[in-house]
Amino acid sequence: MIYKVISKAEFKRFIDALVRNNSSFGPRQVDSDFRGKALYQFLPVASFDDIALDYTATSSSAKHFFLPFREELSRFIFHDEDWEQQITYDANPIVLIGLRPCDISALNILDDVLLNGHYPSPYYLAKRKNTFVIGMDHLPLPDCFCKSMNHHIVSSGFNLFCSDIGEEYYLSINSSKAFNFLKEFDTRDPLDEENCRLAERRKLISNSFLTEIDVTGLPSILDIEFDSPVWEKWGNKCLNCGTCAMVCPSCYCYSVEESMETNLNGAVRQKKLYSCNLVDFAEVAGGHNFRPKNGDRLKYRYYHQHRGFAENDNQQICVGCNRCGRACLSDINPKNVINDLRMEKESCLTNVLSSPCRR
Amino acid sequence: MLDKRFVIPLQEINREAFASSIPDFNHRSEIMKTDMGYKCTITNIVRLTEQEKLFQLRIIDNRERDIFKFKPGQFLMLELPGYGEVPISISSSNSNHEFIELCIRKAGHVTSALFTVDEGSHVAIRGPFGSSFPMDEMAGHNVLLIAGGLGVAPLRAPLFWINEHRDRFLNVHLLYGVKEPSQLLFTYQFDEWELINHITLHAIVEHPTGEWQGKSGIITELFDDISIDPENTYAVVCGPPVMFKCVCNYLDKLGIPMNRMFVSLERRMHCGMGKCCRCMVGSTFTCVDGPVFNYWSVMNLKEAI
Repeated sequence: MIYKVISKAEFKRFIDALVRNNSSFGPRQVDSDFRGKALYQFLPVASFDDIALDYTATSSSAKHFFLPFREELSRFIFHDEDWEQQITYDANPIVLIGLRPCDISALNILDDVLLNGHYPSPYYLAKRKNTFVIGMDHLPLPDCFCKSMNHHIVSSGFNLFCSDIGEEYYLSINSSKAFNFLKEFDTRDPLDEENCRLAERRKLISNSFLTEIDVTGLPSILDIEFDSPVWEKWGNKCLNCGTCAMVCPSCYCYSVEESMETNLNGAVRQKKLYSCNLVDFAEVAGGHNFRPKNGDRLKYRYYHQHRGFAENDNQQICVGCNRCGRACLSDINPKNVINDLRMEKESCLTNVLSSPCRR
Repeated sequence: MLDKRFVIPLQEINREAFASSIPDFNHRSEIMKTDMGYKCTITNIVRLTEQEKLFQLRIIDNRERDIFKFKPGQFLMLELPGYGEVPISISSSNSNHEFIELCIRKAGHVTSALFTVDEGSHVAIRGPFGSSFPMDEMAGHNVLLIAGGLGVAPLRAPLFWINEHRDRFLNVHLLYGVKEPSQLLFTYQFDEWELINHITLHAIVEHPTGEWQGKSGIITELFDDISIDPENTYAVVCGPPVMFKCVCNYLDKLGIPMNRMFVSLERRMHCGMGKCCRCMVGSTFTCVDGPVFNYWSVMNLKEAI
């Protein structure tokens, strides 16, 4: 990694040059909610001024650039009572500007899941290779808990990462592409003072987290509390809409569906993002549902997010952005569910320990 | 006008050399076109019962046919273009390199469409996927094959393996339970298995009809008929979810070690490659780590059975 400092005016020129020459996406305000708070999404941008760099967090995550909601896996062409299968991995180079550390961490987790292992996904690889990621740090929202998941700082998975240190941006350059682009602009090596300002900025960010979740030992707690009534309690609230998985930056479960073209000349196999909270997620042909109850499905989601992957790769899937909590229609958020699960545990503890004597 | 200095070049992954070779699912790291199937002709269709048909497939391309090698217990994804893909366990012998046999029940959208297909049609397969029964480890022991209903289809592959290497095994029992006599599969092979291969076959029917001569009841009642040496027995169980628990608990009580009992689980699957998560049990993929698990790992998996 190479570190440079760039003035804000020069940074604007740099981003402008990138944005004007490539298909680029950045955070833009789309609307405001009923409390008047701005809602942001990653949308196409044409110049630096389009980008709302001071945005809080986007409602949907950046995963949709890599895992689109609908993606064509292969195509079948019918002819003379036979068929031909065609596969293409087409991805156009794009620039993503202003990803938060947790978003980039989520991409790293997706890399782990989809590119390592027995069957690397070429569809994801094509998109990931052709994306230029510019990260940007931010002060957390009151309900973010990235720090608890250790994803408030990111050290890989981006091409360029910018930290705001007042008059300048402190750049962490993580790819030769980014380095070559920056050669055209006025950058300099950071001074001691600027290194200090970066450390200050990082400290400020890490001290600004208001929400904390204790995740130590969570994988084993999830195992032990498998039959806990907490799941039924939260499951009864769940509407099975699947919103949480759609906005989650690291949820990748999908369903494969095939549809015939209307002229009957071919068929398309499509991958659609799916949610484990949807009723038929684990239903097999013949009608047996392996997770018939709301609570079962909600539990599975937490199990997968906080335990499943931890066992396989020693990492939790959740990055702590709390998009699911913000988007949930019935106000289920990870903080409350996990704390509830822990309270369950601690209430047992008080039963076991003798109570302190009172005078 | 674009400034070339700032244009991000396109990186194509198609160009990489290995992307053009045919997918070899047995050498997993080499494959790129993971969604490209091997094209097959349906060479024969046998109607087994009202609900089940046996499809015999032959991979058209010679090279692909050479590559396709599986182990007993593995499954493949069968593609019917225009309708979709279904995971089907292979129920033919793995020494048969020419033909693949799949026993399919008419249950869902794709299998219903498959039942209307004629011989000579072209379908595609991907695979084989998943884990297999440890046939070499079982050699030198008694083997107990326990099948419920359609569960006999995945057990037919290890059964073929045992038949081909019969001298390596001691006593082999096949316990087979179904709901009605008309649902018994592979009845035409019963004599062959019993008389030629010396496999003791016990069939039981839950709701006997007029012509049924054999036992009636549920599958655990068959254990009274046979003597099991727990020290020296491997058990393979396959059937509907409700069957696993009672059968495995019974065998556990008998004293068969948990790591010598194998079950083949069924889950909804969409990719077969550990990506779609539809088949996940807790933190384990049925398609990559399974479908064959030993009972100890199943006990450790919450909500597995």
